[in-house]
Amino acid sequence: MARAHVTTTINGDVVDFLCEADQTLLSALRDELRMTGTKEGCGTGDCGACSVTIDGRLVCSCLVLAVEVEGKAIDTIEGMADGENLHPLQKKFLEHAALQCGICTPGILIAARSLLERNPDPSETEIRYWLAGNLCRCTGYHKIVEAVLDAAREMRS
Amino acid sequence: MRYEAPDTLAGATAILAANAGAKILAGGTDLLVQMKSDMADPPVVVDVKKIPELCRITLVDGAYRVGAAVTGMELVEHAAFAKTWPGVIDGVKLIGSVQIKGRASMGGNLCNASPAADSVPALIAAGARVEIVGPQGKREAAVEDIGIAPGRTSLKPGEMVVAFLFPKRPPRSGDAYLRFTPRTEMDIAVVGAGISLALDAQGTCTAARVSLGAVAPRALLVDAAAKALIGTKLDAAALDRMAAACSAACQPIDDKRGTKEYRIKVAAVMATRAAEIAMDRARKS
Repeated sequence: MARAHVTTTINGDVVDFLCEADQTLLSALRDELRMTGTKEGCGTGDCGACSVTIDGRLVCSCLVLAVEVEGKAIDTIEGMADGENLHPLQKKFLEHAALQCGICTPGILIAARSLLERNPDPSETEIRYWLAGNLCRCTGYHKIVEAVLDAAREMRS
Repeated sequence: MRYEAPDTLAGATAILAANAGAKILAGGTDLLVQMKSDMADPPVVVDVKKIPELCRITLVDGAYRVGAAVTGMELVEHAAFAKTWPGVIDGVKLIGSVQIKGRASMGGNLCNASPAADSVPALIAAGARVEIVGPQGKREAAVEDIGIAPGRTSLKPGEMVVAFLFPKRPPRSGDAYLRFTPRTEMDIAVVGAGISLALDAQGTCTAARVSLGAVAPRALLVDAAAKALIGTKLDAAALDRMAAACSAACQPIDDKRGTKEYRIKVAAVMATRAAEIAMDRARKS
């Protein structure tokens, strides 16, 4: 069967790609568009490594069909820094050493940004609940939560 | 696999009628996992999110109508709905992570037919009904009549759930859903209890619905538990009778999440606590 042609906006740029009907958005990003910042962990929506936003809504890209994003606006980790200038969350993750192997980091940054867009002053508990869908096997989460709290403080000031 | 995204109910029902084995795609949080693990291999996937009736939350004469494909996060963020049906929101909030709720819908949660689905006991307690469309036209059914066994629904071939229809909320009414899981987040209910009740001006319970999840092959509406509350002031003795009726209704399995005996006991505890929250909400409403 002919491959599907999808036109979408990724990080503000209009992008075209071809994909199979049963291909996930995660696979289209990584394998068709070579945007490998978005990671595959479990592939079943449990780990959050593949988090992106679609029309501002945080989702696991492994549980979205690529053909579904026709006409939508997607934001991925590649659009988070402004050129050489890191996003405050990215800076704080480095400062607080909130990552070790780094596989979960793009997903956690995207999820944390989505939280701060809705709630600029989250409590530690709110951060922990919001990030419950992002698994990290290295850090024990404490440094991640501290980095998000610190980034939120900086972004409010 | 072929992907179809009709923008009308008629278009969707025509595709479902013409393609045996076609699967409906709303949030995809169950379907895509099933496809990945080869538990499902549908020839056609019908994305229903372009059909306006499935994606809207509307208030008609004081009663909510929630499209079957409305995402969990959209519902959680709908302040007026959340204020009216806090127990339904309790359930929806427990359907997985923020990412999962960004896609998952109550329609999918119901039609996936897991006996542990978190929104279902809350919907049953709320007295919600579903609007269904199929080859024979439209019909309505109570939420408790949809799931019949794990993974199986009473929907006939080619039928799909369009929307949830909520009753009008009387004054002094409240609902709540509680579940027990070993973890606080990202887990499957060992037992879930949903309760909705209404009080008169003197604080006597005039209406109640009690539903239990994960203690039988389908979510249960427990009439005997509701009867134990109606006509009382929701005193400790009434709550004890309600809790006993809940335990008596359980027909659970033993599995890694809990033994049969444990589930029967915890059902009574969850129902009592959910009733206390629903009571408190009713008194404050």
